[in-house]
Amino acid sequence: MTVAAAHEIKTGHSSPARKRRDLTVRRRTPLVTLLPALIGLAYLVLPLAGLVIRAPWATLPERLVAPEVLMALWLSVQTATIATIACLFLGVPLAWLLARSSFRGRQLVRALVTVPMVLPPVVGGVALLLVFGRRGIVGSWLDSAFRITLPFSTAAVVMAQVFVALPFLVIAVEGTLRGADTRYEEAASSLGASRWTTFRRVTLPLIAPGVAAGAVLSWARALGEFGATITFAGNFPGRTQTMPVAVYLALETDVDAAIVLSLVLLVVAVGILASLRERWLSSGATA
Amino acid sequence: MMTAAAAAIAPALDARVIVDRANFRLDVSFTVAPGEVVALLGPNGAGKTTTLRAVAGLVHLSDGHVRLAGKTVDDPAHRVWTPIEHRNVGLVFQDYLLFPHLTALENVAFGPRSRGASRQRARELAATWLDRVALGHCAHQIPRQLSGGQAQRVALARALAVEPTLLLLDEPLAALDAGTRVNTRSELHRHLANHSGGTLLVTHDPLDALILADRLIVIEGGRIVQQGDAGTITAKPQTEYVARLVGLNLYRGEADGHTVGLDEGFKLTVSERCLGAVFVAFRPSAVALHRHAPEGSPRNAWEATVVGIQHHGDNLRVELGGPLHAAADVTPDAAVQLQLERGEQVWASVKAAEIRSYPVSEEALTP
Repeated sequence: MTVAAAHEIKTGHSSPARKRRDLTVRRRTPLVTLLPALIGLAYLVLPLAGLVIRAPWATLPERLVAPEVLMALWLSVQTATIATIACLFLGVPLAWLLARSSFRGRQLVRALVTVPMVLPPVVGGVALLLVFGRRGIVGSWLDSAFRITLPFSTAAVVMAQVFVALPFLVIAVEGTLRGADTRYEEAASSLGASRWTTFRRVTLPLIAPGVAAGAVLSWARALGEFGATITFAGNFPGRTQTMPVAVYLALETDVDAAIVLSLVLLVVAVGILASLRERWLSSGATA
Repeated sequence: MMTAAAAAIAPALDARVIVDRANFRLDVSFTVAPGEVVALLGPNGAGKTTTLRAVAGLVHLSDGHVRLAGKTVDDPAHRVWTPIEHRNVGLVFQDYLLFPHLTALENVAFGPRSRGASRQRARELAATWLDRVALGHCAHQIPRQLSGGQAQRVALARALAVEPTLLLLDEPLAALDAGTRVNTRSELHRHLANHSGGTLLVTHDPLDALILADRLIVIEGGRIVQQGDAGTITAKPQTEYVARLVGLNLYRGEADGHTVGLDEGFKLTVSERCLGAVFVAFRPSAVALHRHAPEGSPRNAWEATVVGIQHHGDNLRVELGGPLHAAADVTPDAAVQLQLERGEQVWASVKAAEIRSYPVSEEALTP
């Protein structure tokens, strides 16, 4: 019965088609494409290998626990985590708005949301400075009304990170929302659930994997943020000097320190990829 | 069959559903009495599901009204609109849509909890309902661990747990395989009979409609083409589609081995063995008509009166009165040979092998 089959696919029950071996005849890859492909792969892998090879392995343990490294690492983890939480609070509702409501200019809003993804981060930093700086439109008001100064503070680091990371979360969650079956929400409403209850008890659990993936992506992006941070938050050890900023500065004084810091970031990145492997890398393949 | 007292109560549903689409206009009006089961039957694209969704409040009406137990919940002309969560309808979807992250118990408790019951009370209610659909032992399983038939019953329990004024079923048996379907259908029949609210059932399967519903409404191309009880529709189909689709003589009776004593007092011989309350059904084309009492093989034969004759397609549908009210399809040639005319006496026969039987309840299944 076709309906039953469709149901089975939707609910992800055992589908024999998946287990069946693919018997399609694979044609050999032509040399013309193989060569550039291999060069491309090497180009991506070699620098990372170089980083690992050049690492000062002998002094690595003590360098890792050096106060500057730990301070930068701790600040990075803290700010990236706070930024991710902020992204969740702002981004999930924004994604909802884009995926589920229809209003005039929705396409425009969607385009605006993605701008920070393609904008050079340093431009974002300048823009933030112009708005939230002491003479900025919002900044001058904050300064006079509450004596709050944002630039070159830890808060500024978080703001810069949110600015660049938020689009990643919005896009990931919006995609998941679009893929989710809205009839579950209809079922919940038919049972008398308010829109908020439906969102909290049905929609959110259903899109949880997408939200988690979006959060991890945002966290990674926030952790690696450099351009907007150094422009808007500056470079004060312990306060605004995050890992990427520390790497950049260490490069001028102590190359080994820069390598160690880079290595830490590389390990974090690989860890993130591993955690997302199921969702993002195996597109189309068996999960 | 409505008593005077029941007639005084507002119908569970009083609807005139008008929905305008690009090149389709749905315009149907009907009522469902409390305790009544009405089936919307029709081909794909006839507007059955749109009607159901409009009644539920998932599709806006272009015009018309929806009244539930006398309360207007949708009337675009008077700017009345009640969202689904305030309509007190129960909805069972074709693919059930059990919340995949909640256990069977939590799924059923969801409705009572959303309507203000305490967590404890909602869980008690849910447990009671799961027991009623004989799934108490599955309370802590998540939907993925349930079979199709079990999921269907949980979906039914979830919809009934809110004690809806109107229960809406969208192709409730379509996703089940043939074997599970017979059981689940008889089970569903029992629960619908106990449901004090109205029930509106959408199906494209005439057997589901005939067995489950008190009344059938046939929709084609966005219009009601015929409504009435199963017998009337089978005997007097108004359109080609109805004749083809609802062409089924259906009776209730008590089975005892190969013999079924029908409620009409007539005994039928069937080829499948069964016991207890059953439905028996045969197609009008399975009924043979004879001028004289047939001899030999067909064991089910009775003398009938021709009550009416209707053309449908290349055939004639003959409505028969007598001990068994039935419909028979004959070719025009045969009709001429038999000199069929209204009021004539003829002999009708059906082979035992042509009669299918369906248990009314679970118990009847045990041979």
